[in-house]
Amino acid sequence: MFDSLQERLGSVFDKLKRRGALSEADVTAALREVRVALLEADVALPVVKDFVEKVKVEAVGQNVLKSVTPGQMVIKIVNDQLSAMLGADHVGLNLQVTPPAVIMMVGLQGSGKTTSTAKISKRLTEKERKKVLMASLDVRRPAAQEQLRVLGEQIAVRTLNIVPGEQPVAIAKRAVQTAALEGFDVVMLDTAGRLAIDEELMAEVAAVRDAAKPAETLLVADAMTGQDAVNVADTFNQKVGLTGIVMTRMDGDARGGATLSMRAVTGCPIKLMGVGEKLDELEDFHPSRVASRILGMGDIVSLVEKASENFELEEAEKLAAKIQKGKFDLNDLGSQLKQMQKMGGLSSLMNMLPGMNAGQMKKLKDAKLDDSIIKRQLAILSSMTPLEREKPEVIKAKRRTRIAGGSGTSVQEVNKLLKQHQEAARMMKKVQKMGKKGMMRGGLQNLMPPGMGGFPK
Amino acid sequence: MSDENKKSGWFSRLKAGLSRSSSKLGDGIGSIFTKRKLDDESIEELEELLITSDLGVATSARLAANLAKTRFDKDVDPLEVRESLAAEIEKILEPVALPLEPDGTKAPHIILMVGVNGSGKTTTIGKLASHYKARGLKVMMAAGDTFRAAAIEQLQIWGERTGCPVVAKETGSDAAGLAYEAIERARSEKADVLLIDTAGRLHNKSDLMAELQKVLRVIRKLDATAPHDIVLVLDATTGQNALSQIGTFKELIDITGLVVTKLDGSARGGILVALAEKYSLPVHAIGVGETAEDLRPFTARDFSRSLMGLGNS
Ligand SMILES: Nc1nc2c(ncn2[C@@H]2O[C@H](COP(=O)(O)OP(=O)(O)OP(=O)(O)O)[C@@H](O)[C@H]2O)c(=O)[nH]1
Ligand SMILES: Nc1nc2c(ncn2[C@@H]2O[C@H](COP(=O)(O)OP(=O)(O)OP(=O)(O)O)[C@@H](O)[C@H]2O)c(=O)[nH]1
Ligand SMILES: [Mg+2]
Ligand SMILES: [Mg+2]
Repeated sequence: MFDSLQERLGSVFDKLKRRGALSEADVTAALREVRVALLEADVALPVVKDFVEKVKVEAVGQNVLKSVTPGQMVIKIVNDQLSAMLGADHVGLNLQVTPPAVIMMVGLQGSGKTTSTAKISKRLTEKERKKVLMASLDVRRPAAQEQLRVLGEQIAVRTLNIVPGEQPVAIAKRAVQTAALEGFDVVMLDTAGRLAIDEELMAEVAAVRDAAKPAETLLVADAMTGQDAVNVADTFNQKVGLTGIVMTRMDGDARGGATLSMRAVTGCPIKLMGVGEKLDELEDFHPSRVASRILGMGDIVSLVEKASENFELEEAEKLAAKIQKGKFDLNDLGSQLKQMQKMGGLSSLMNMLPGMNAGQMKKLKDAKLDDSIIKRQLAILSSMTPLEREKPEVIKAKRRTRIAGGSGTSVQEVNKLLKQHQEAARMMKKVQKMGKKGMMRGGLQNLMPPGMGGFPK
Repeated sequence: MSDENKKSGWFSRLKAGLSRSSSKLGDGIGSIFTKRKLDDESIEELEELLITSDLGVATSARLAANLAKTRFDKDVDPLEVRESLAAEIEKILEPVALPLEPDGTKAPHIILMVGVNGSGKTTTIGKLASHYKARGLKVMMAAGDTFRAAAIEQLQIWGERTGCPVVAKETGSDAAGLAYEAIERARSEKADVLLIDTAGRLHNKSDLMAELQKVLRVIRKLDATAPHDIVLVLDATTGQNALSQIGTFKELIDITGLVVTKLDGSARGGILVALAEKYSLPVHAIGVGETAEDLRPFTARDFSRSLMGLGNS
């Protein structure tokens, strides 16, 4: 069985690529694979059928069979159609109302509402300089209001004081009133988790909506959701009226079919995605990127952006200067390892790399890339003296034993790191003339710890 | 609800929960086979209906093919099809339907609760505590989620609700250390069962999985046979990713069984069938609501029949 949509489609397209021209039977076969792949990726069946039909119509209309590179053309059509289904472009939050703008968070139990409430508040406070008030309307789950209060403290955002026994509609009204009186720009309403089929609780959240008149009503949904995604999104949309969707746990390895299903069935844009438990792990949702990531063509855009965001210019220039002089010491290796960590570690980089086919993806997975290696290597580096880091050649046997002991690693690991540095330094000399871009790429390659085989060629 | 339904206990609750999904599935099968011969087209439609219950492409295809083998080209009525599919699914689930029974000789019997974020670990611990306590066992809980905001307070409220002591330290302290202390306390207070909560973690986060392995190592310093159960709590709305989730947890920390939550929603929990086929892990219980009473034994026959929209006959 295939491990992911990416792999599955990858293998289909491998086949297509190998042929000069496609017969109609090939297209049909490819689309059958696409259908199964989408189903295995948890895209809801009606959405899958619709998608396959659209791609078929497109493919025939564009004369795929006569095209010079038919495989690429089908890939492009599938990719475009996926992107289109996910939404044309990134859509941000709409706060263009008379303040305070109310944002109401709804969804199933445990989907990530409270965490996402805090994440969005943090972002609005820090990036958009908004004055935000958070209120928990969850009077059901044990310690739910306490949870939001603690998160508010962590991100220094005000939470509405808790009045024991107060009911959701009353809390919502008090939150909006308080915000209006005290000049808040945004009110975040975190609601209790509820089942879409729970009539009573769905009526409750509709009553909150009527009282608070939210500018945004966001459905918070788990990226791991299966076929039920269509029922959930459809029911919440009909009973409460949604303006957008927040997909959480996009940091997992779920194939994310729910993203497609929910978007298709509600027509609501996916506005944001949660990519971790920490409160800054919230990202804009870029449909085309997610589509191409699903398709296995790598997300070169997001890789480049992420890299440039994280790679502090200063450090880059310092490194460039050193390389110009043909010098690349262990301090430089250390700072590269740290950059690597900031970008989300090896596995997240791997997912974004372009041009990997099914076999390569599988090989990578089998290699069991382990981000903890970066941590261990950083520990080794920090057990060295400044002199050792600047002049690695002084590190002889005795020093190696000391470093291994100090970092809780083995001499073998220290040796490995030193060897890796030598290789990196050699590589750095090679890319010296390639400018910053080439350097970065060479740098990334060299960050692959030895024994992991490097990027598959 | 009729009196008879009330009497039939958990089944009616489960059936009420599954009713939307199962009736949909049932109706679907009804429309496929009304006055029709079982042909390729109807088999494909049947396969698709199973897929929409999260049974997965492979399992659905196999079940549909099995049906085709015995009934192809015969006039079949919808009820017959449901009955035979339910029987087929029951056969797959029967071997994994095993309750979570504390072993009286262990003192304490240690149960570690693990799973991805938000699946229902803490709530399930509260439900289990209430269940065991009602049976006269001395139960203790450990607030091992030292990461998430108010996770400790959440379990402490379950402690008050069930009247069971909760071992806790402040947020941010070492989860393995807390487990160690909890075992020592459970021993000295002669508890029969110790339920240890853990923070939610996605299976693809190697650092968090390593942290869980450390918790296990520390527990085993005190008792090499513990934890006596490592239960993964799975959200019934999860789709095919459950296979990867359970595969990784099994490989890295050798989980011993499952509890499936949120079966009171519209999610069908069909992934359980695929899971049973692939991993044969015991399914101990199911969650059908948010209160202490909403934990039910997992019964292959009832679950299968509910899934197919059939009564409990
Ligand atoms: N890995 C990961 N975990 C997340 C993400 N968003 C939320 N979580 C975690 O998911 C769990 C549940 O999150 P909550 O915010 O409490 O969910 P909720 O929807 O408010 O839950 P209820 O109020 O009980 O319905 C917590 O452990 C969060 O840390 C995400 O994007 N990635
Ligand atoms: N409807 C329903 N809700 C449930 C069930 N089990 C748990 N929940 C709800 O799901 C949400 C999450 O449950 P928790 O027990 O906090 O989940 P958890 O796995 O401990 O979450 P983290 O510790 O954040 O990873 C809460 O709102 C629970 O009330 C169930 O069987 N049915
Ligand atoms: Mg919440
Ligand atoms: Mg918990």
